[in-house]
Amino acid sequence: MNIYLDMFITFAKIGAFTFGGGYAMLPMLQSEIVEKKKWATDDELLDYFAVGQCTPGVIAVNTASFIGYYQKGILGTIVATSGVVFPSLVIIILIASLLSNFAELEIVQHALSGIRIAVCILIMQAVIKMIKSGIKDTYGWIIFAIALVFSYFQWLPTILIVILAAGTGILIQAIKTKRGLKS
Amino acid sequence: MNLQLLWTLFIEFFKTGLFALGGGLATIPFLYEMMEKYHWFNADDLMNMIAVSESTPGPMGINMATYVGFHTTGNNILGGLITTFGLILPSVIVICIVAKFLQKFKTSHWVQDAFYGLRPAVTAMIATAGLGVFVSTIFPEGIISVGSISWIHLILFVILSGISFYFKKIHPIVMILSCALLGILFAL
Repeated sequence: MNIYLDMFITFAKIGAFTFGGGYAMLPMLQSEIVEKKKWATDDELLDYFAVGQCTPGVIAVNTASFIGYYQKGILGTIVATSGVVFPSLVIIILIASLLSNFAELEIVQHALSGIRIAVCILIMQAVIKMIKSGIKDTYGWIIFAIALVFSYFQWLPTILIVILAAGTGILIQAIKTKRGLKS
Repeated sequence: MNLQLLWTLFIEFFKTGLFALGGGLATIPFLYEMMEKYHWFNADDLMNMIAVSESTPGPMGINMATYVGFHTTGNNILGGLITTFGLILPSVIVICIVAKFLQKFKTSHWVQDAFYGLRPAVTAMIATAGLGVFVSTIFPEGIISVGSISWIHLILFVILSGISFYFKKIHPIVMILSCALLGILFAL
């Protein structure tokens, strides 16, 4: 298949099954982009998410832009982001013109209540995978634990956690090099 | 078609895309500002637009941009397109620049060391998001106590987690659709 068409369809599929914030799309990205299409690795996906946290915009679009760019440059970015927003455009326009009381429908609320369970499980699986690929040693676990507490209790804004974690990474590696521990 | 309105919508959503850091929820304050400045919609409209955006597939920020543009232009598809385009344009430009920069410095040990620290932290943030969804699913009334646990949600969560770990390769789409169906069946 034409790579552009393939990218458009793949990202449209991801857009169509993203619910709520951007994190819920992570399991979809892992299964479609990493496992099926091999357009990125688990680690690269985490890197795009990290950058997406400190750059403006919707995280789903940022991640699609990254993958599109590395596949096919600026045109790839345009195709991937168009794909990710396409289902929203169609669905919202349909609902806004036909069913503006959509959110109040009982069947919709029941379905969403069920989908929330799916989202929990999917994020949990994604996190397990990311721990396996992204946490390499004890220092990694310490950063993970501290970041978890700070982000859960919202003690620091996300962007500060990102910057501090990057700084800590550089610092730890510098200390390791000095001690001659780094291979 | 009112070109002036389209242009204003584009500019407002471009600004939102440029300054709203951290996803869909971050765009809500910008929408309130637009409401007060232009009276394109009232507070009830906005509440409904947020509710619909949260309950339909697709990233929430994109859904809201499409809805506001479509609604404000009197149900014109062009309105929905222009606001969505405005919202994503800044991030597309920024990401292209960052991606180019990263490609160039990917092998630099500074960048690699930064990502060594970043990956566990980002994993933790994703875990936080998951934990948030979990808490609001298990305690639907928003009170965290044994008395307000929604047992049916908890039991389904445990069973489905078990199934998904046992079979390993259950596609996310299959998981989402079956949970939606279960939600309807059990009237969750």
